[in-house]
Amino acid sequence: MFAYILRRLLYSVPIVFGVMLITFVLFFVVQSPNAMARRVLGPKATPQAVENWLHNRGYDKPLIVNTKPGEPVYDSLFFNQMRRLAVFDLGTSDVTGRPLKQVFASGALPSLLITFPAFVVGFAVALGLALYLVFVRNSAMDMTAALLCVALMSMPVMVYIIFGQYLVAQVLNYFPAFGFNLQGWSTTKFLLLPVALMVVSGLGAEVRLYRALFLEEMGQDYIRTARAKGVSNTVVLLVHVLKNGMINLITLIVASLPFLIMGSLVLENFFGIPGLGNVLFTAIQAPDFAVVQASVFLGSLLYLVGLLLTDLCYAWVDPRIRIQ
Amino acid sequence: MAFFDQLWVQNSLIALAYTLLAIFLIRRARSEHWTSAWARLRRDRTGLCSLGVILMYLIFGTLELIRVPTQQSSQSVLEILTAGIPQEKGYSAPLALTSLSVANPKPLKGRHLLGTDALGRDTLVQTLKATRTALLIGGLTSVIYIPLGVLLGLLAGYYRRWVDDLVQYLYSTIAAVPEILMLVAVLLVLGKGLGTMAIALGITGWVGLARLIRGETLRQVERPYVAAAKGMGQSDWKILSRHLLPNVMHLVVIKFVLGFSGLVLAEAVLSYLGVGSPVGSASWGAMIDAARSELSREPVVWWNLTAATLALFFLVPSLNLFGDALRRAFDPRRG
Repeated sequence: MFAYILRRLLYSVPIVFGVMLITFVLFFVVQSPNAMARRVLGPKATPQAVENWLHNRGYDKPLIVNTKPGEPVYDSLFFNQMRRLAVFDLGTSDVTGRPLKQVFASGALPSLLITFPAFVVGFAVALGLALYLVFVRNSAMDMTAALLCVALMSMPVMVYIIFGQYLVAQVLNYFPAFGFNLQGWSTTKFLLLPVALMVVSGLGAEVRLYRALFLEEMGQDYIRTARAKGVSNTVVLLVHVLKNGMINLITLIVASLPFLIMGSLVLENFFGIPGLGNVLFTAIQAPDFAVVQASVFLGSLLYLVGLLLTDLCYAWVDPRIRIQ
Repeated sequence: MAFFDQLWVQNSLIALAYTLLAIFLIRRARSEHWTSAWARLRRDRTGLCSLGVILMYLIFGTLELIRVPTQQSSQSVLEILTAGIPQEKGYSAPLALTSLSVANPKPLKGRHLLGTDALGRDTLVQTLKATRTALLIGGLTSVIYIPLGVLLGLLAGYYRRWVDDLVQYLYSTIAAVPEILMLVAVLLVLGKGLGTMAIALGITGWVGLARLIRGETLRQVERPYVAAAKGMGQSDWKILSRHLLPNVMHLVVIKFVLGFSGLVLAEAVLSYLGVGSPVGSASWGAMIDAARSELSREPVVWWNLTAATLALFFLVPSLNLFGDALRRAFDPRRG
């Protein structure tokens, strides 16, 4: 098992390098540091201000190879950038000057407070519904639900939020429509509506996916064997199908676990939740290139962690994979 | 880009796109796989209904895409057709007789089925006009990502070894960046606009297609017709373009239709984030965005949000259902 984990870890090294390369090309080659400085500082900035801005961030160095006499060849934008990212030095925000490590650390908790409950509840609800649909498969109920799922999937998340905010918060006045205050249990009232909306907006796609997974399991030979033995429909579904289907399901959702920390871009902005999604949203509007760049890097690291977790899950469940 | 701003260039590009599509379909119609798929599709009621809806959107989008010169500037065909609908001074409710104002309601010049927006334009017309943006985004992005994905997928599946390793490395790296972050980063650097949005969506979009085509090519290469073509001394290029490409083309069409719905939704979200459509162009995303402030007005302006949502609500499921129907038609055993 240890060798397997090591191999998977080594496999992600070139991908991390590739991601670093992509961010470098995007933020320093496609758009020159000079253009970046002008967009951050505004059209009225003096050349001196632009120069200072570039110098403070070390962006005035040559792009890839430093050919200036007396300076080391590797003292260039490319190598410095790679070295910084390799030791997780994310730099500071272009707008506020706060260290990005601090910005991301303070945004993680509010994001998780929304996404984690939404994930757990959404998973449970979708699982239940999908199992029920498999139970009544090919009935009118199943067909209607399938259409409903497609309909749920076809509205952008903003529509859910706008509608939910209007109906539940403004008309019915159940929850605060906006705001966030991290204070023990009283935080809950700010969380309920965003969590509920996140569950509903993701439900269509999830139910459809889980239902397809379970249906595929229904077609397997062992189900026919169980049926032939005289096992009842309910037991087949709740014991055989659920158990085997869960293996596929868990490995599928494990990959999305690390992303919970990133929060939801649109949702957090609508509700004014100071999470990572909102950090990114503000950075887009500013524009704050340092934040976007660091998000891209951290986001891909999270993706790779998810991938690793998935592989580990598979290897844990199915020993054949470990030996390969 | 002054060249592309000229009307005749734009119109001929649209005509070219439709001609190429028609030629493609006519040529495909000769193959047995495609004719039998069409025969199955014709019996599929859901598939045909959704195809009908899609064609309707296509017509409205095209009417808005084609622009004709007028005295001062230019107008789209749709604008000319709806020129009889008067413009009001501001918001008005659906089928209302007076403008939306509690203190001082003024009589309207005409009735509007779905009301009018902040500038007094008919909401129904605006919603139909926004089809153009959706079509453009879906079309332009597909033009970028489909050739890229098909080419890389075919090459990886056919040559295997280091070509396969390279392509797999490329798409694993792109896939490692969460899609929304990649889109935002690319759009932030390139600036907002329909063209840049298509580029950004194209960069992230080819990964799934390349994966799909690579897998299918790996399977097809094992089949005897490829060995036969090789035995007859046909060049690699000919095997790829004449034999393998037609045999994976149905996957491309399915992916194109299913992907289109994702692109339409992505446009709405990106426009909301402020990195999408340029300001002023009619887009469902922009209409939904405007609804945030409209819903907190008194009386509530709900019709713009409803119209944009309904427009998405009919198009996106139709595309999804039609894509599923295509999959069933092409591959009846697995569908």
